[in-house]
Amino acid sequence: MLLFWRTLAALPLVWRQRQKVFDQFFEIGNASLLMVCILSFFIGGVIALQTGPLLVGRGLGSYVGGIVGYSIAKELAPVMMAILIAGRIGSAMAAEIGSMQVYQEIDALRTMNISPIHYLVLPRLVAIAAALPLLVIFAILVGWLGGAVVCAANDRIAVSFEAFFSALRDAVDLKDVANGVFKSFVFALTIGVVSCHQGLITRGGPRGIGRSVTKAVVNSIVVIVILDYLLTRILLK
Amino acid sequence: MNGSSSNHHGVGVQVRGLRKAFDGQEVLRGLDFEVQAGEIFVIMGPSGSGKTVLLKHLIGLEEPDEGEILIAGQSIQSPEVMSRYRMAMVFQSGALLNSLTVGENVGLYLSEHRLQPPAEIARIVAEKLEVVGLKSTEEKMPSDLSGGMKKRVAIARALVIEPQLILYDEPTSELDPLSAVVIAEQIVDLKDRIGVTSLVVSHDRDLAFGVADRIAVINEGRILTIGTPDEVKQHPDPLVQQFLHADFKRH
Repeated sequence: MLLFWRTLAALPLVWRQRQKVFDQFFEIGNASLLMVCILSFFIGGVIALQTGPLLVGRGLGSYVGGIVGYSIAKELAPVMMAILIAGRIGSAMAAEIGSMQVYQEIDALRTMNISPIHYLVLPRLVAIAAALPLLVIFAILVGWLGGAVVCAANDRIAVSFEAFFSALRDAVDLKDVANGVFKSFVFALTIGVVSCHQGLITRGGPRGIGRSVTKAVVNSIVVIVILDYLLTRILLK
Repeated sequence: MNGSSSNHHGVGVQVRGLRKAFDGQEVLRGLDFEVQAGEIFVIMGPSGSGKTVLLKHLIGLEEPDEGEILIAGQSIQSPEVMSRYRMAMVFQSGALLNSLTVGENVGLYLSEHRLQPPAEIARIVAEKLEVVGLKSTEEKMPSDLSGGMKKRVAIARALVIEPQLILYDEPTSELDPLSAVVIAEQIVDLKDRIGVTSLVVSHDRDLAFGVADRIAVINEGRILTIGTPDEVKQHPDPLVQQFLHADFKRH
């Protein structure tokens, strides 16, 4: 939490670090976009496959689009993308900062009166906080498409594209999407803070870096799942 | 003693009763010494004697359990000292930022603190790299450099700060004898040209007796002796003599 508040206090200096923010932002996008695309398409498809035949069998085929759309927008896209980013980007952040710590690069920054929080943490935190919500919006759209394709292509469901998206429009409004995007923003801050913190406290050579990377990913995922429950409780009200 | 107002460009350093322990194990056991402005002061001692920990205290990377460090008569604990006096450290590994080019590494202090426009930073970087004999290496990455070159880039990075005090941590370790001589020449050259105070931590006896104005020998966190190279050579303490004359003999 201390690292988070210190980074927040450094926020007015973010313009000076804009080049690093853009670099990190595009790195996150480049590293994740294809994975996000594949993962969300198949998550949408699996939800449609699991719920479709069940609902169609009870004469509730017109609800498939709504259920797939709602669950992807509010829950699956933000949580699954956060877990993906924790593994893909959080681990890279912890490894990079951790190796800088072990090989005295961070000490060198301090001797030049350059704060590691301004130089390393701030650009990463701002970049991930901007990138993850955008990735989640993209994941929601691709996930819906995956669900629609499976519903139309699977004989046991046989719900057309038009019927799927019509049901989705009835069930999901902009607030539900905003809900998921807000969650992803909180998850992004969590991944950034946990990963940078683990990097900064790395000790003990290559083995220490490995430990930090593992802890960054595991701790991020645990905190994300707990926060997801708390946020869902709060946002349901 | 006040480096900024004296004839010397360098600043004096006083260490008084410095103590530090990690996990209950005392690493520094009450160090007392003084480094004059503009001199090259070498701290020698075997590995694990507390040399690097001492350097980290001097640059503010560690806080002492007891004692104090004065830069030009002022405690480094007081906030204005670190901003008033310019200090730089050349790390044992060089500690160059591997994601930046040589030029970006050398100019990092100026660019991050926005002290000069980019064109002027480029000129200063080229000038400092030339001083350390690495002209036209700005675009290279640290991974393209040898150990000796990395250390010289680290010295160039320190020079950009226009330091009044440079701390060198094992500047010749892992270097071949020829590269070690180049580094030693640069340490002396900087003292002669800009009068910077240099505090060198090393267990390299050739370097110590070649560059030092005065030498302190430490062992297990205590100073055994301080003096000119000749005085240290003559010192009767058996531990000092053992360290100075340790040699491999094949039986």
